[in-house]
Amino acid sequence: MSADVLAAFAGSLLAALDPSLLLPLQGVVGTVADPIFGALTWVLEQWYWLMDWVYYFTRLEMLNPRYRFMHRAVLVGLCIGVMAPLIGTFLVHRQLALIGDALAHTAFAGVAVGLFLNAVIDLGVSPYLTAVVVAMIAALFIELISEVTDAYNDVSMAIVLSTGFALGTTLISLNAGGLAVGVNQFLFGNLATVSPRSAAILLVLFAVVVGTVTLTRNQLLYVTFDETAAAVSGIPVNWYNRITVMLTAMVVVGAMQIMGVILVAAMLVVPVAGATQVSRSFSESLVVSVVLAELAVLLGIGGASAGGFIVLAAVGIYVCAVALGKLQSIRGDQVTPDMGSIDTDTDASAGAGDD
Amino acid sequence: MSSSETDSGTAVDTNEQPPGATGRGERGGDHVVDVDDVTFGYTATPVVEDVSLTVESGEYVAVVGPNGSGKSTLMQLLLGLLRPDSGTARLFGERANRFDDGERIGYVAQNADAGKEMPITVREVVKMGRFAHIGFGRIGDDDQSLVDALRDAPLGTSRDVLDAVFGRLSASDWAAVDDALETVGMSAFADRRITKLSGGQRQRAFIARALASEADLLVLDEPTVGVDAESVDAFYDLLAALNDEGITVVLIEHDLGAVVEHADRVVCLNREVYFDGPTDEFVESDALARAFGTEARLLTGGS
Repeated sequence: MSADVLAAFAGSLLAALDPSLLLPLQGVVGTVADPIFGALTWVLEQWYWLMDWVYYFTRLEMLNPRYRFMHRAVLVGLCIGVMAPLIGTFLVHRQLALIGDALAHTAFAGVAVGLFLNAVIDLGVSPYLTAVVVAMIAALFIELISEVTDAYNDVSMAIVLSTGFALGTTLISLNAGGLAVGVNQFLFGNLATVSPRSAAILLVLFAVVVGTVTLTRNQLLYVTFDETAAAVSGIPVNWYNRITVMLTAMVVVGAMQIMGVILVAAMLVVPVAGATQVSRSFSESLVVSVVLAELAVLLGIGGASAGGFIVLAAVGIYVCAVALGKLQSIRGDQVTPDMGSIDTDTDASAGAGDD
Repeated sequence: MSSSETDSGTAVDTNEQPPGATGRGERGGDHVVDVDDVTFGYTATPVVEDVSLTVESGEYVAVVGPNGSGKSTLMQLLLGLLRPDSGTARLFGERANRFDDGERIGYVAQNADAGKEMPITVREVVKMGRFAHIGFGRIGDDDQSLVDALRDAPLGTSRDVLDAVFGRLSASDWAAVDDALETVGMSAFADRRITKLSGGQRQRAFIARALASEADLLVLDEPTVGVDAESVDAFYDLLAALNDEGITVVLIEHDLGAVVEHADRVVCLNREVYFDGPTDEFVESDALARAFGTEARLLTGGS
C-alpha cells in the first residue's frame, strides 16, 4: 500500500473521529442532492394531486388527503411492484432466490451504520442511503467470495447475511437504548416511515433499476439462461453478475421501507414464482410477474401490517397461479407438431416435411 | 445465413478464402483453433499437459477420451474461458481469452446443463444468438457503430438507433432467427417452451442459436448426453449437413461409435494427446487402448 493511500486512510479515520471535518462533505452532498430532491418533490406533489382525485372518486379512506404518508406508501408500493419482480425474474431463474434475504440483512447493517453515524457524529444522513451503500458493497462481496473461492453462491450468501446482521446488532448494541427503539420499523416495515425524502430515494432507485434492466435485459437474459454460452458469445458475465446483485441491493433497500428486512425477499421471489407457472415465454413472465406483484401490493397495502399483508396476498396469488398453471397444462396438451426437415440450403423455402 | 461453402470434411487452407465467402472464415488468422503446447491444472497436477491442436476451417474434429481426461477443460481453454498455465490458445488468430468476436462461435452444452425450468420459448433461445450483433456496440445490417449512427441521424429519428439503444432486434435479426429455426427443422416449435421439448429437440434449438449468430465455429460439449437414440442420429445428420455448409465443428464426445461414424478427424486425449489424425487411422491404431488404459476396442459397422 502506498504512502498516499495510507495518508488518505488516516485522514478518513481522523474525519470519523472529528465530526466537524465532515461538514464540508455534507455541503458538497447537499449541493448535488438538493436540486434532485427538489425535482422529486415536484413529482411527489403531482402524485398527491393524482391520489386526491382517486380519493374523490373511490372514497377510500386510506387515500384521504390528510394521510399524505399513505399516498407516498402507495407510490413506493407500486414502484416496488415493478422493480422487485423485474430483477427477481433473473434471480429466481439463476437459483439465487435467497440473495434478497442476504442483502436485506446487510441493508439492516447499513441502517444501523446510518443511525450510528447520526447518533455519534450528527451526520444527518438518511439510514436508507447508508443502507443502499452497505447493501451494494455486500452484493459485490457475495460475487467476490463466489469468484475467488469457487464457493457455491448460497455459501457466500450465508456468510454475507450473517456478517450483515452481526454488524447491525453490534452497532445497535453500541448505541443501546434509544437506537434500538427505532429499529423495529426497519425490521418489519412501517408505512408511516415513508417520508418525502425516503420516497424520493425510492424514486431514484426505481429509475436506476428499471433503466438498467431495460438497457441490459438481453445480456441479463443470456447470462441467466446459459452462463457459459453467454461468456463464449463475448458477454462479460462477471460484470453482469455484479450488475444483477447491485440492482438487487437497490430493490431490497427500496422495498425495506414498507416490507421490512424480514419480508423483503418475498417480493423478489413470490410473484416471479407465480408468473413462471402461467407464462409461456420469458417476456410474458416478466409482464405477468409485475402484474401479480402490483396486485399483491394493492390488496395488501391497506392492511394493519402492510408488509405482512402484501406477502400473504402474494402467496395467495401464487397458489391461484399454481392451480391455473396446472389447469393450463391439462387443457393445453396441444397436438405435437411434426419436426421439420433439416434444411441447410439457405436459399430453399421452408422445409416442413417430417423427419 | 452466409454461404461460404467448402467440401465436406476437407481441410481448407484458410490463407486462401473460399471464393464467394461472405461471412464465415473470411477474417482472422491461419487457423480457426490453434492450441499450442498448452498446460493447465486446477491444482498443481495438470489436467491437460503439453497439448497442441490445430483446427482448420471446415474441419469436423472430435475430441475423445475417458472421464476426467481433460476434454471439457481443453474445450474451455480453446474457447478462452480458462487461461492456460503455459502455452497459447488462439481463436481465428487471436488470443482466445481476448477474442471479442463472439458471434463467430456457437457453443452447445450438454442437454442437462441447458434450459432449467425457465419459461422461455425456442424462439427466445434462438434469439440469443443475435445478442452479440446488437446493443450499444453495433447497429443495423452493416455493423455501423452507434456513435456514427447518432451522428448521421438525431436520436429519435432513426429506428435503427432506437433499436440499438434498447437492444431490440431489427428485421434482419429476426430473419436470421427464422432462418436458423427453419434450418434445424424447428419452425413449428418456435413458440413452445423449451423445457417441454425432448432432449433432441432442445439440442436442435441450441444449434439454431449458434446458426442465428452466423457462427463459423461450432463447439459442442457432449451434446447427445440424455438424448434418445433416434434423435441422436438426426442430430448428427444435422451436424454433418452444417459441416457440409462450411461450418467448422469441434465435438467433445464420449460416444466413440458416433465419432467414428461422423467425424473426419479424431483427437484422443487423456491429459496429453494420444492420437491426432484421420478417423480411419484412429480405428486402426492402439491409441484407444493406451488412452483409456484398458483393452478397449471399437465396435463399428452396421450403419
